[in-house]
Parts: sequence; structure tokens; C-alpha cells
Amino acid sequence: MSETSNANSFSIDGQRIPFTPGQTILQAALAAGVYIPHLCHHPELKPHGSCKLCTVIVNGRNGSACTQMAMPGIEVENNSPTLNDRRRVLLQMLFVEGNHFCPGCEKSGNCQLQALAYDLEMLAPHFRHAYPVRPIDTTHPDVWLDLNRCIMCELCVRASRDIDGKNVFALAGRGVDSHIVVNSPSGRLGDSALSIDDAAVHVCPVGAIMVKRVGYAVPIGERQFDEQPISRQVDYLATRHIPIVPVAATEER
Amino acid sequence: MPTVSVSAEISSLIEPILQRHAWRPDRLVQILREVQEAVDFISDETAAHLAEALKIPYAQVHSTRDFYAFFYRENRGRYRVLFSDNITDRMAGNQGLFEHMQKRLKLERGKVSDDGLVSIDYCSCTGMCDQGPAILVNNRAITRMTLRRVDEICDLIRGQVPLDKWPAEFFRVDDNIRRADMLLGTPHEPGKAVRAAIARGRDGMLAEMKLSNLRGRGGAGFTTAVKWEACRNAPATPRYIVCNADEGEPGTFKDRVLLQSYAGRVFEGMVIAAYTVGASHGFLYLRGEYLYLLQPLEAYLAGMRAAGLLGRDIGGVAGFDFDIEIHLGAGAYICGEETALIESLEGKAGRPRVRPPFPVTSGYMGKPTVVNNVETLCKVTEIAINGGAWYEAIGTKQSTGTKILSVAGDCARPGLYEYAFGVRIAQVLEDCGAQEAIAVQVSGASGVCLSEREFGRRIAFEDVPTAGSFMIFGKQRDLFEVARNFAHFFAHESCGFCTPCRVGTVLMKEIMDKIAEGRGTQYEMNELLRLQQVLKPGSHCGLGQTAGNAVADTVQKFRPAYERRLAETDFVPAFDLDAALSRARELAGRDDAAAHLGEEA
Repeated sequence: MSETSNANSFSIDGQRIPFTPGQTILQAALAAGVYIPHLCHHPELKPHGSCKLCTVIVNGRNGSACTQMAMPGIEVENNSPTLNDRRRVLLQMLFVEGNHFCPGCEKSGNCQLQALAYDLEMLAPHFRHAYPVRPIDTTHPDVWLDLNRCIMCELCVRASRDIDGKNVFALAGRGVDSHIVVNSPSGRLGDSALSIDDAAVHVCPVGAIMVKRVGYAVPIGERQFDEQPISRQVDYLATRHIPIVPVAATEER
Repeated sequence: MPTVSVSAEISSLIEPILQRHAWRPDRLVQILREVQEAVDFISDETAAHLAEALKIPYAQVHSTRDFYAFFYRENRGRYRVLFSDNITDRMAGNQGLFEHMQKRLKLERGKVSDDGLVSIDYCSCTGMCDQGPAILVNNRAITRMTLRRVDEICDLIRGQVPLDKWPAEFFRVDDNIRRADMLLGTPHEPGKAVRAAIARGRDGMLAEMKLSNLRGRGGAGFTTAVKWEACRNAPATPRYIVCNADEGEPGTFKDRVLLQSYAGRVFEGMVIAAYTVGASHGFLYLRGEYLYLLQPLEAYLAGMRAAGLLGRDIGGVAGFDFDIEIHLGAGAYICGEETALIESLEGKAGRPRVRPPFPVTSGYMGKPTVVNNVETLCKVTEIAINGGAWYEAIGTKQSTGTKILSVAGDCARPGLYEYAFGVRIAQVLEDCGAQEAIAVQVSGASGVCLSEREFGRRIAFEDVPTAGSFMIFGKQRDLFEVARNFAHFFAHESCGFCTPCRVGTVLMKEIMDKIAEGRGTQYEMNELLRLQQVLKPGSHCGLGQTAGNAVADTVQKFRPAYERRLAETDFVPAFDLDAALSRARELAGRDDAAAHLGEEA
């Protein structure tokens, strides 16, 4: 290794990863084709650090790969049994916290939570299900909001605020009562400024925000994470854009 | 944009509050607190009205309102009674008092009475552990509760007597200073410390701070001079000094006493910090439970302004302008975390920020901010007057100066004890009259549980660090119930931002409850430790990282307290099948024996 490459690289599980200053550990890893599990990160949005799936050990200390800056020479532990055990527990926590019924969910196959659970071989939810009573909001003509599937990643909050410039969503409540609220006088989606081509509609990693009248357009088995496990789709994760769907779907209204 | 309407009466009560805060959205927490004081609760209509007046999203008002335990979306009555539910309140019998009041007023926990007059509920530790059981009525603290006092309060509420007409004795809060040392025992001479700091100059004062090796008294023990220097070197202005008086750690109450009887030192410490780092504005973030201190503290600040210790050209130094305003919290332990506190100061829900950047470079409004504990700022005045070398000679090498302990629980003399760092646990126990202690929880729910064989250890950053809480448990106490109380506390106080803490604290609480019901097995014991292994390394901030400590400590050190509750099987399902059938029974209109799953089933 030359001096220059040392100055602009660090290691993940012993593998040398180049980076450009300003990149987070997660960004540099994905750009180099190295997979670090994550849920609340999206390449087009500001890092958040809440899901904690991407927690790695940096020079002996725990930290979120999505918020921690890549630094020359740091040693990162990522794909280890200890960390993957913890990640499985976090996934189990997310599954029992909400109401996730994959077989009946239109997001199945495109769902990042499901894909991670398969990939990390989470065989059962393990903990006691909370079975929370959470509302479904179908008041919007084109979009529905099912908080049963929400994992509080705040991707919609960030997308609406930073891309759409609308602030349609916010996280409210505290602790286990945390929940997404909609910005409108009534608190209903139908009275909000949300429109179907908003980035916030299409950024949800689970099935909490769904477009109406789109049912199984792509058959199960042919969806994003059906083809290959999420851990082998690093390029996709690194470069994906929030799909902006044409407004065609609204014609049926 | 559609507008919402609130009644003319509510609108007229809200208007002066908005005006006083100049319709500033960053004052939202303060506005909500005052609006609730005026109209008892913040309905969705009121929230929407506020959003429109402040020109911020409706969701932002909801987000802030729903975060704080002391803000209510629904009517909780004109008298809102909250029983402090720290373990020390429990040991003093708060549950019996609660039930008594519940019966007398015919109330369901957390539900307002039919006439809309009163509600009662529990809340986290209110910082009155030396004179508990304590309650809050409309956030005003009432100490030394007894059955008789419950009866008197019930009569006052039924008679609809306004709170300010209740007997003053109810609201008496004693200092209970049992052992005074350099801080609690030295008379305060107003202005002396500020003048001394100015005489030393900005560089001189910082040099003395470095020499003193003063470390933060909030628990983490970060070197104060390093914090100040980083803030001073941050290029952006204005800079801010924040005093963290969100004393929420269960069992601690030292800041309450310092603010009640030593406020001059706290504020002068802030002035000195401002002088040293070049700050122009200060905040005291006072926990909502200490509302009773607001007026005296405001009056004290007014006195300092009149004396030229705040305002323009302080101490005759041209251009040294600094003033302090007080912000109140609203029932959120997490706001003791400095970045959550800053979020709250900015009018938002108190969710901790991602660090770095640290507040010293990007704090309040993104500007360089020093956040110091109440006690730390008091120590600053001692260093200004006596110098860093003098200070450094007290205590131990790594923990200089004195530390105030808030002693509560099973002892003859609860109250404040100030010692030079390095004092042994056993010494404190002897001084406060705790002959039969089997355990001490040091530094609150997030701290460490020490058993008898560890009583030789010392209070110091290098041995047993502490934010000040010192709760003693006698031989009659059940350490399992102590840990269970803390598990409930953390589940209630988790901010909900990160997965491990939001879900993990609740899972831990449920497992502790299952064990308490006699339905736990060895499996649950393992589960507790397994959860701790995810919470501790994986949580976003100190709350989640420490939430499992008490459980893990007691599982290790007081295992029999758990084991005697365990069911004698390998596994008992968490799911209660019979309870799950209750809805079906209700629908079928049956409640006979055959409609129940018996033991044999």
C-alpha cells in the first residue's frame, strides 16, 4: 500500500475501503461494494442514525456507520457474528413492535425490513408481539397510510421536508407511543399537501405509505429483493433514486 | 390554508402568551406550558390555532405537545394530580396514598372525573426524595404526603379552592443540608466571584479552570475547561451558556437545593463562563417539576441586573453583555441529555441529536454552546475566587474538589451531603445513619447498584462516578422491585428515536412484570441479559445505553430476589390465552367456568 492510499482509505473487516473526505462509513462501504445492513438510510437523504441496524465497531467503539464519518486508517468491524446477532434482535424488535403480516402485504418482496430479515436469517420474531392498535388513513385520493407497518425511520419525514419542501410528516409521541403524524388541520392525509409524485410517497422502505390502485402489478417472485438477497444488491442500495411515479395513476379518480 | 377556530375565550387567553413570546416558534415548549396553565389542556383545535398563529406546521405542534409528559391533549381536569413514583416514594408508601385518593375522589388512574374537575396519575421522580412521598398538583410540588394530607387535598379540590389559597405548609420544600463542605458551607458574597474572574482576565480564568481539573457534575465527568476552550475557539457567534437544571435522574435533588438557596453561585458561574468563552446569552433549563422555583429565580435575576451583574458592560468591562433567561421543561427525563435539552430549548421534542457535531461548535440554533450542570457552575465560582491550584488540591488526583450527594431511602437523615471526592460508600452510610443497608444505588436509575461487599469503594470518577443520586436500601427491601421500578422508568422516558431503546426498554419492563407475576423462568433471566447486550452498545444516547444497568446489576448481585419468583418450569408463555378470550366471552355473554381455561387446560 502506498502512503496516499493509506491516507484515503480505511478497513472494514480487514478489507481496504477507499473514501473521499466527507463520506460516511456507510457511503464509502456501499460505494466500494461492501454491504452494511441498514434501514433508515437512503442515498438521497440526510443521514439519520435511528434504526441502528448499521451499528459497527469502529476502533473498538460502537457507532452508526450511516452517521459516522470515514477517517483514514480506522478499523471497522461489520460482518461479525456478534454484530449480526444484535442486528437480528433489532429486526425482531421492529417486527414485534408493529403489525407486520408479510403474506398479505403488497410491499412483500420490495420491503427492506422483510429483505433484511431473510438475509440475516431471522427465523422467528422471538419476542412477545405488542399487537398495537394503529390507525390506517385512506383519506387521500392517491395514497394510503398504514401505521401498522411503520418502523419510525423518518425517511418520509426527511423526504417531505428536504426534497418536497412540504413537511407533510413528523414524528410525534414518545417512546413506544412514537408515531408518524400528518401535517393538516384535521391530521388526515386527505387534507394535507401531499401529492402522489412527492418523494415522501415513494421513499418508505416498508409498506406504511402505499400508492392506491396499485395491486400486485409486479408479481411476487419478480420483485426487487426476490431476485437476490439484499446483501448482494449493494449497487442498488448505493445508487437508488427515489422513484418519482408519473401521475398517470390519478386518472382513474 | 383552512383555518381552525377555538372559542373566543380560549383565543383571548392565548393571545397575550403568544405576544409575550413574540410569536416565536422556537419558544413553542414555553408557549405550550403557559397555554396549558391558562386553559388546562392543549386540544387539537388549540394546537392547530397555535400552529397557524406561529406559522409552523400543525404536525410540529403535535410532535412537541405529544412528547412531553406534562402536556395534555385531552382534558385532565382543572386539578391535575401526579404522584411521584420513584422507588423512594414507593418505599415511603406512595401507592397506598394514591389508592386512598383514588377512592376518595372515585377516579380511574389517568382519567378525568365525570365533572371534569380532577385527575390523578403517577409521574417520574419529582426530586423530593428527602421529603417524600411527593406529588405535583398542576406542576406545583407538595411534599411529605400522608393520608391526612391526602384527605385535606381531596377536600380542597372538591371545594374548588384555587391552588394559591392552599396551605403554604403543603408547598414547603426543605433544604436538608446534613453535611456542608466548601460549597454548601461557604457564605456567598454577591459579585465577588464575577469580579475575581474579571480580574484574572479571560485567558487567566481559563488557565485557572484548566489547573483546577474541574469535571462536569452531571455524571459524565467531562473536563469543563476543555468544553469551554472548544466553545471559545469556535468561530461562530453568538455563543450561548446553558445551565442544565433538568435534574431528572431518580433520587437526585441537589440542584433543587442549589437553585433554592445558592442561586447566586449558579448564575455567577454562568456569567463567568460567558465572560471566559465570549457568550452573550444564557439559558437556565429548569425541569418542569421545579416550577415553584421559577418566581424566586426570576426575582434573583432581576436583582443581579440591578446590581450590574447581568446586562450591559458587566463588571465595568466594556462590551461584556450577558443575560440569562429561564426555560422550563415539561416532564421529560431525556432533556437532561445536553443535545435533547437544546432541542427542547428550540421548542422541539427532546430527541438527542447525532454527535458530532458537539454543542460546543454547533449547539443552540447551531451556534457554539456550553452546557454545564448546576453544581459544576457553582464550582466555577470557587475556582474564580480561590484559583485552580487551590481547587486541584482537594479530592483525588482525577476527581478534584467536592461532590454533593443527594442521600435518600433507608437512613435516619436523608438530605444533602457534601464530601471531598474519594469518600467511601461506608462513610456516607455511617454519616446518614443507615445501619442496615444491603445495597446502594449510586447515580440514579442509570447508575450502579452496589452491594454490601462494595461499600468500601469510593465516590470518584475513577471508581464510582455519580451525578449525585445515592439511594439506600435496607435489609427489608427487595432489590428486584427496585430494578423493576427503574425498568418502568426507562420505558416511560425513552424518547423513541432509536430502535433498541424504544422497543428494548418496553420488552425489559414486560419481562420484569412477568417475573413479578410469578410467571418468569430461567428463560426470562437470560432474556434480560440478552436485551442488555443490545441496548448497551446499540442505543443512540446514554439513556438507552444505561437503561438495563440496574436490571443487569441486580440479576448479578441479588439473584435470589429474582429466583424466588421464578416458576418451576423451563418456560411459561408470555401470551395469556384465557385473558385473550375475554373479548369472545364478552361477545358470547358468558363468564361461567366452562368459558374459562382452567389450570388443567
